[in-house]
Amino acid sequence: MTRFTPTPPTAHPLLGRRAVLKGLLTAAGIAAAAPTLAACGGGGSGGSDSKTVTFGSNYSDQVPRTAIAAVLEDFKKQSGIAATVNTKDHETFQQQITNYLQGHPDDVYSWFAGFRMRYFAGKGLSGDISDLWGQLGGNYTQAQKEASTGNDGKQYFVPFYSYPWAVFYRPSIWQQHGYTVPKTLDELVTLGGKMKTDGIVPIAVGQSNGWPQLGTFDQLNFRTNGYDFHMSLMAGKEDWAGKKVRDVFDNWKRLLPLYQENALGRTWQDAAQTVLQGKGGMMVIGSQQIGQQFAGKLDDLDFFPFPEINSAYGTDTVEAPIDGFMMAKKPANADNAKKLLTYLSTPEAQLAYLKSDPTSIAASSKVDPAGYNALQKKAMDFVGKAKHITQFLDRDTDPRFASDAMINGVNAFLNKPDDIDGLVNGLASQAKSIFTG
Amino acid sequence: MTILDIDQPVAPPPRRKGRRGRATALAGTDRLTLGLMLGIPTLLVLALIWGPALASVALSFTEWDGVGGLSDIRWVGLQNYADIFTTYPRFWPAVQHNLIWLAFLIVLPTAFGLFLAVLLDRKLRFGRLYQSVLYMPVVLSLALTGFIWQLMYNPDQGLINSLIGHAHTDQINWLGNPDLNLYAVLVAAGWKHTGYVMLLYLAGLKAVDPSLKEAAQLDGANGWQTFWQVTFPVLRPINVIVLVITVIEGLRAFDIVYALNRGRNGLELVSVLITDNIIGESSRIGWGSALAVILLVISLGFIVTYLVQVFRKEERS
Amino acid sequence: MTSAVGVRPKKSAGSLPPGSGLGGKHDRPRDRALRGALHTFLGLTCLVWIAPLLWAVYASLRSYDDTAQHGYFSLPSKLTFANFAKAWTSADLPHYYLNTLLITIPALLITLLFSSLVAFCVSRFNFKFNLALLMLFTAGNLLPQQVIIVPIYRLFLLTPVPSWLSDSGYLLDSQFGLVLVHVAFQTGFCTFVLSNYMKTIPHELTEAARVDGASVFRQYWQVILPLCRPALAALGTLEFAWIYNDFMWAIVLIQTGDKMPITSALASLSGQFFTDYNLVAAGSLLTALPSLIVFFVLQRQFIGGLTLGSTKG
Repeated sequence: MTRFTPTPPTAHPLLGRRAVLKGLLTAAGIAAAAPTLAACGGGGSGGSDSKTVTFGSNYSDQVPRTAIAAVLEDFKKQSGIAATVNTKDHETFQQQITNYLQGHPDDVYSWFAGFRMRYFAGKGLSGDISDLWGQLGGNYTQAQKEASTGNDGKQYFVPFYSYPWAVFYRPSIWQQHGYTVPKTLDELVTLGGKMKTDGIVPIAVGQSNGWPQLGTFDQLNFRTNGYDFHMSLMAGKEDWAGKKVRDVFDNWKRLLPLYQENALGRTWQDAAQTVLQGKGGMMVIGSQQIGQQFAGKLDDLDFFPFPEINSAYGTDTVEAPIDGFMMAKKPANADNAKKLLTYLSTPEAQLAYLKSDPTSIAASSKVDPAGYNALQKKAMDFVGKAKHITQFLDRDTDPRFASDAMINGVNAFLNKPDDIDGLVNGLASQAKSIFTG
Repeated sequence: MTILDIDQPVAPPPRRKGRRGRATALAGTDRLTLGLMLGIPTLLVLALIWGPALASVALSFTEWDGVGGLSDIRWVGLQNYADIFTTYPRFWPAVQHNLIWLAFLIVLPTAFGLFLAVLLDRKLRFGRLYQSVLYMPVVLSLALTGFIWQLMYNPDQGLINSLIGHAHTDQINWLGNPDLNLYAVLVAAGWKHTGYVMLLYLAGLKAVDPSLKEAAQLDGANGWQTFWQVTFPVLRPINVIVLVITVIEGLRAFDIVYALNRGRNGLELVSVLITDNIIGESSRIGWGSALAVILLVISLGFIVTYLVQVFRKEERS
Repeated sequence: MTSAVGVRPKKSAGSLPPGSGLGGKHDRPRDRALRGALHTFLGLTCLVWIAPLLWAVYASLRSYDDTAQHGYFSLPSKLTFANFAKAWTSADLPHYYLNTLLITIPALLITLLFSSLVAFCVSRFNFKFNLALLMLFTAGNLLPQQVIIVPIYRLFLLTPVPSWLSDSGYLLDSQFGLVLVHVAFQTGFCTFVLSNYMKTIPHELTEAARVDGASVFRQYWQVILPLCRPALAALGTLEFAWIYNDFMWAIVLIQTGDKMPITSALASLSGQFFTDYNLVAAGSLLTALPSLIVFFVLQRQFIGGLTLGSTKG
């Protein structure tokens, strides 16, 4: 072997060792102290003290976080019950929801309506609040009650706010070029062609996050095949390789020439910015999403329903996801949890929150729209007139199918729009292995 | 020449090494010490790694959404594996990307890292500075790395397109184009890996006795020959480490693509598929576990072959 | 061999490509030119290497309005540290730094302790099960970490621990649990590296100590460990960065937002709806600071330790 010249055990071997030892002891001390220190941070599963309730929140951006804190402060003033908030980053919250609910969840936690709610309700991971709905039901429409109802007919969810998906644009830019709102897909395609000659990218697209274009699929599907087929497809009860799904992608193909280039490499935020800058003509997105990009310039943001494709269905369906709250299956403080949920269902709580978010609308139907801006008024009207309301693809179907099969399928379609056969067959076989129930 | 030359304390009689260990019977307390020294870490690794790993292997034959107890787990035999191999469209691309990733890491960053280490293995003004700069990407977080490369590759605003004049017209979509993005990300991965390899080789080179090289030069070997005939063989332990690390990195590659676009659209990697199926709001534990077992088997194949070879050689010498 | 090599090392050093491992220290013009070329090459490489980071630093020093209006590839209207200040307070970074260090430092030290113990045993003693043991550790490190998420989650959910270790009463949602997982995972890699390193340390050293009556533990603590300082420092740097940067285990095992490590604090900075890239750049640079500091501190140790053995010419 080689001759090796080791580092000499230097001049102060003892010093070195002692330092290491000290370090280890300190570390042991720190390790022991860690949880206690962290405990000072608050959160946790909370005490059984009758004047507290724990609240798991995914309102992690600074503005909504402050707004929720204000709502909870009002609740405390009114009821004397202090809520301990456990805020987690929006995405982390979603990723760990299954583990969170099986661990030691907070008494009340934020979540979404639709399949996502029914799934956990069905698994017995959230508390039945049907009795509560007897009192707070008056705040909501029948459609919202349905959206809060699990497969077993009981209620598990309290809607807080919602926001519609549609086609958004800047009226000032459209006026300048003399564009009019398209009523049908054909008109939309024609309009897009006109925009192109004017040097405007007709449809702004940012798909690097994966989910935004699922919204376009939804629109195309319920316009082409109607609400019933859409929901049944989402439930895994239809053939993904059948003609109806192919039609959706065929219609979609007509829009692709109007799409912003490099869609897959762009975030939806950046795409929305191109609309704001007037470089992009329109965008299929939620009012909350694009509205946040238009902060301060909301008076120059308008929308129209995704145009009609099949006259049998017209534009009778609106996609308007609802965010709200659920209760843990075994809350430490069931009474306080219910009091909090009741408070969150009131128009005053919802309006207090919406002060931070002028791009969504309160879930309660008792809300006085006087304080709304033009966008919110229009959104309220738009959602109120809808015959059917959908949540969003990833809220209406099994998330396993949405996040894996659908997102990757849609991305593959945007890359290779001509291989619809391969695409729908792939979706169908994945649907088969996921919707086994 | 050196402060401490190993030749002076004990001139080692050859083959004495073979007798190590059994030279003297160990005292009772020493046995206990050894038992504890080995036992506690081993127990921890068995309990937290191998036990759960075996449990995952078992789970890979089931269908389970991660909710509830044992009774909610449905046994499906080899169904997950069959489906993964036949109907899961992301699987084969992911395997291919992992192999490309591995091949790339073994060839370019490793060679370049070694080259840089050789260049830096001398008394050099700014040597420390060079080392620090080259090594720095290794310690940067996932978030920062992903973010930095997003800034670099952004089609409209990114540094690269701006520098090469493709920011406004004829944009190159580095991360969005599925034929291109894997290579763009590999550059970022290489950026991290090179410094890592360089550091390991630097440590190895410092241990090479300079008198060996001098002797070779006295014999008339040129730099190239000296390196390959004297230095490189001595680096063998480091080579093993570098190779193992590179294989690990290649097979487990995860963080950069996950930060960039969740490993979609041309950036599929097996570890991403596992994550997608296991962490999430409603997970497919059986499916994800099966993917993980596949990755595990491939990794073990590499590592066991290599370790066995290394140990055989050692026994022979 | 040939007469041309009459001048011995210097001659060959002079004609060598820069890659030759030979440092000429003679002030001959040719050597100087060579040095110049070497510095130019290394300087350029480093410039390319650090450019992405500098680009992020540059972005972090500009205001949102500036880049929104002029784009990133433009001269700044003014440079400001406002983003750093904002990131520091709005993401509550000090709190999360502490969280992360409470996980990282114990995990790092215990990992190095455990792995050096095992490496010492397998490299100094000829047990029959050495190979198996090394494989157990090394291969353990090779497992894709995602593979054991579910069983670990279940295990931690069911394992009660005294409340002074975890305020949740369980390993789940406790920083102690996170430390355990990191130690278990990282010990494998460190054992592998350290055992390779220790094998190059002559056996005569421990044998001499043994003859002097040193116990096994003293052989480890007083003879071998000090010699491993460079390797420990190098591993310390790497492991610190790895454990520090982990976010996956935190997502799986920590359920209280306030206990999350810093990697997740950053996520809240980037925002669900609206991303101010300049602010995120500042925040992520701040979160990277501790690993950089550890690197610069330990680098002295390991590079210093390494160079001691080689006063070569």
